[in-house]
Amino acid sequence: MANKVKEPLIHITRRDAIPWYKSWGYRAGAVLLSMAVCALITVLTTGENPLSVFGTIFDASFSTQRRTWVVFQNLAMLLCVSLAVVPAFRMRFWNLGGEGQILAGALATTACMICLRDALPNGVMIPVSLLCSIAAGALWGFLPAFFKAKWGTNETLFTLMMNYIAIQLVSFFIIVWEMPKGAGQIGIINQSTEIGWLPAVAGQKYLLNIIIVSVLTVLMFIYMNYSKQGYEIAVVGESVRTARYVGIKVERVIIRTMVLSGALCGLAGFLLVSGTDHTLTTSLAGGRGFTAVMVAWLAKFNPIWMILTSFLLVFLDKGASDISTNFGLNRSFSDILTGVILFFIIGSEFFINYRISFRHSAKKEEEKHV
Amino acid sequence: MNTSAAVEMRNISKRFGSKVQANDNVSLDIQRGEILALLGENGSGKTTLMNMLAGIYFPDSGTILVNGEPVVISSPRKAMELGIGMIHQHFKLVDVLSAAENIVLGLEGKLDLKEATRKIREICDAYGFDVDPNQKIYNMSVSQKQTVEIVKVLYRGADILILDEPTAVLTPQETDKLFAVLRNMRDDGKTIVIITHKLNEVEALSDKVAVLRAGRYIGTLITKETNAAEMTNMMVGRAVSLDIDRPEPEKPELRMEIRDATVRDEEGLLKLDHVSFDIYGGEILGIAGISGAGQKELLESIYGLQRMEEGSILFHDPDTGETAELKGKKPLQIQRMGISLSFVPEDRLGMGLVGSMDITDNIMLRSYRNGSYGFLNRKDPKKLARWIVTELGVSTPGIDTPVRRLSGGNVQKILVGREIVQTPRVLMMAYPVRGLDINASYTIYQLMNLQKEKGVAVVFVGEDLDVLMELCDRILVLCGGKVSGIVDGRKADKQEIGMMMTRVGGEQDGQ
Repeated sequence: MANKVKEPLIHITRRDAIPWYKSWGYRAGAVLLSMAVCALITVLTTGENPLSVFGTIFDASFSTQRRTWVVFQNLAMLLCVSLAVVPAFRMRFWNLGGEGQILAGALATTACMICLRDALPNGVMIPVSLLCSIAAGALWGFLPAFFKAKWGTNETLFTLMMNYIAIQLVSFFIIVWEMPKGAGQIGIINQSTEIGWLPAVAGQKYLLNIIIVSVLTVLMFIYMNYSKQGYEIAVVGESVRTARYVGIKVERVIIRTMVLSGALCGLAGFLLVSGTDHTLTTSLAGGRGFTAVMVAWLAKFNPIWMILTSFLLVFLDKGASDISTNFGLNRSFSDILTGVILFFIIGSEFFINYRISFRHSAKKEEEKHV
Repeated sequence: MNTSAAVEMRNISKRFGSKVQANDNVSLDIQRGEILALLGENGSGKTTLMNMLAGIYFPDSGTILVNGEPVVISSPRKAMELGIGMIHQHFKLVDVLSAAENIVLGLEGKLDLKEATRKIREICDAYGFDVDPNQKIYNMSVSQKQTVEIVKVLYRGADILILDEPTAVLTPQETDKLFAVLRNMRDDGKTIVIITHKLNEVEALSDKVAVLRAGRYIGTLITKETNAAEMTNMMVGRAVSLDIDRPEPEKPELRMEIRDATVRDEEGLLKLDHVSFDIYGGEILGIAGISGAGQKELLESIYGLQRMEEGSILFHDPDTGETAELKGKKPLQIQRMGISLSFVPEDRLGMGLVGSMDITDNIMLRSYRNGSYGFLNRKDPKKLARWIVTELGVSTPGIDTPVRRLSGGNVQKILVGREIVQTPRVLMMAYPVRGLDINASYTIYQLMNLQKEKGVAVVFVGEDLDVLMELCDRILVLCGGKVSGIVDGRKADKQEIGMMMTRVGGEQDGQ
């Protein structure tokens, strides 16, 4: 036949909903596949035994009790920030200002601990600094929301800019409160009196943070799924017009939700200063405001799944830094591995949502018809 | 001389997802130089089938022959090379460009607008189109835009034209004009396929009629040798009574007085111009008009979504006998006044429902504030959802299925069901049967009649004049934001309503 019938090589079609065990099967498969690719890359580029590299990644989190506690502390803090951005994201309000909101909260806590240390006993200091940090974070969330609600400003840019303002404010106050003078840093605050420090629970320094964040996770899950406000957030996020149609005051929901989002970031700032670090630096937030975006998206904004995704990211990050020291490799190498793993996990979502059929399978069907 | 058909489709199947078999082993011949009407209910697979011819979709199986040669139509560009052009329901034009610029957009080779304009004029003269190549799209009426789409396809050398429900957006007069042009094109040897579900258009225009039902090919008839009853039978599979019930209104009572309603859009354009009329409980008031004549603004301003610049809306409460002014009130304020207005908006998933939420959560949209202590109460909405699903015959896997996954008819049943369980005093519906098949449409008509018998004031914005004239007690005709007239549904004359719809619009076109 002169004009050979040519079909497109692949067609992509949308799938119907597939059962949860299948979709998790795809995700698990993606993780295994990514491990294989990581192993291949490791052997080809470094000549190291991939199993010992994986072993190092695992050991980084679980070889000692102390390391495990640190992993859970990091997980708790990342999860806390991720929980904070979830309501905003469900509303399609792209809050990229987590970083600044955390710093605002941290700054407020530090201010309380330094300026009020002689005035307040510890039992009063902690609730006062907690409230101040929440208020500061809430303010940092309120501003972009107010401008968005009133004048339709772009929240992505606005929240990003607010990060820099917070960082500059923190740098300024670090110099104001530097200890000793000329050191350029605050150092451990109230080291001798431990005023404003969160108490250790059951002898574990990090346990209180972890408990608080666990409770918060459950509360957030309930808030998003069973409260009127959570429902309003979901409606506004899906369709502002539907929200107006049923009489939801969209502007109010935007502001209320961002105040909540900022307040929770402020709480994270409080936990970081009062609970673990006991000092204030400009890098205190450690990029969590941005990593939280990934945690929330990977978990499709479900607070319970976010425990898993934030664990994954913390685990990979810890492993990454240990690989670089143990094998004398550049840290970039471990970033490559992290990148590969994330690529596969995110890529698996495509295969969960779409079916791909190739040319030859279509031909076979044709033969069946003939 | 090639004696084969212009297009032969052989055993074409197309499936979307695992549930929707849009086309099932369809074989269809389209002869050269004829007008073929592709007839079928909504969802019968007409558009999908033609989209495969136009390169929008690719069939799962089957072959297509053009002029006797097997071909692979992998893209719209490929279809164009084969001389196949399709005019879609939703126009694909760039608003800020002129007609000529839109027509040459995307063509390869040197851009010579002057030459293009000359060629466009030639095409227009040959077939009797009325287009100014230099006019910008945003200044055009819907029918002018449609003409540009047709000329665009011809300009690219199409000799097989597919028109997807071209009359849906046209007035009766514009439809006649279009049909005349299509006949000219046929006489010039072009092959034309017109997708439709209106029998009178099939009879008026086509040489042959091919019928699809539920994705299958039922048969082809010669239009002159068939009749409406036979076509309907093929289309729906069994005889469906074409008349819609219209019970006599029982003691209609004044429910709403709208006086001098005046609304402007965001750009300050006048959308409603001193519109005055009354709404009665116990009757159905139809609202007719070309799309964009102010129907949307009228319903939304009564419901409280659009700001009314001038005028008043008086609501007479039949229980208390009191009268309330609704102008300037937001939907929630009206609800809190104890006045139950129900509104089925035109954009079901964009305004009436939330596509990603399940049926229960969508039913809850209206009542979620009833929960106590800031928490939602899903128990009652769940019950209501089950009731609506069984009572209205919604076909769905369950009440926890996202409404986006349901078909158009089922989506509409949920929306209408939710609005009716509010026990409204006034029920406003914008294009409630658009995109619905005949059975689902009749369910909606029945629901409207039931509400009318309960004493509800039903306002029905429709586009099909036949339906309006069979269902409504009175019909308000809007034209360019003004009231053209109010006619008695039982005595109205179709041509007369058509004229009322176009009078002001016709003047605007001449500007």
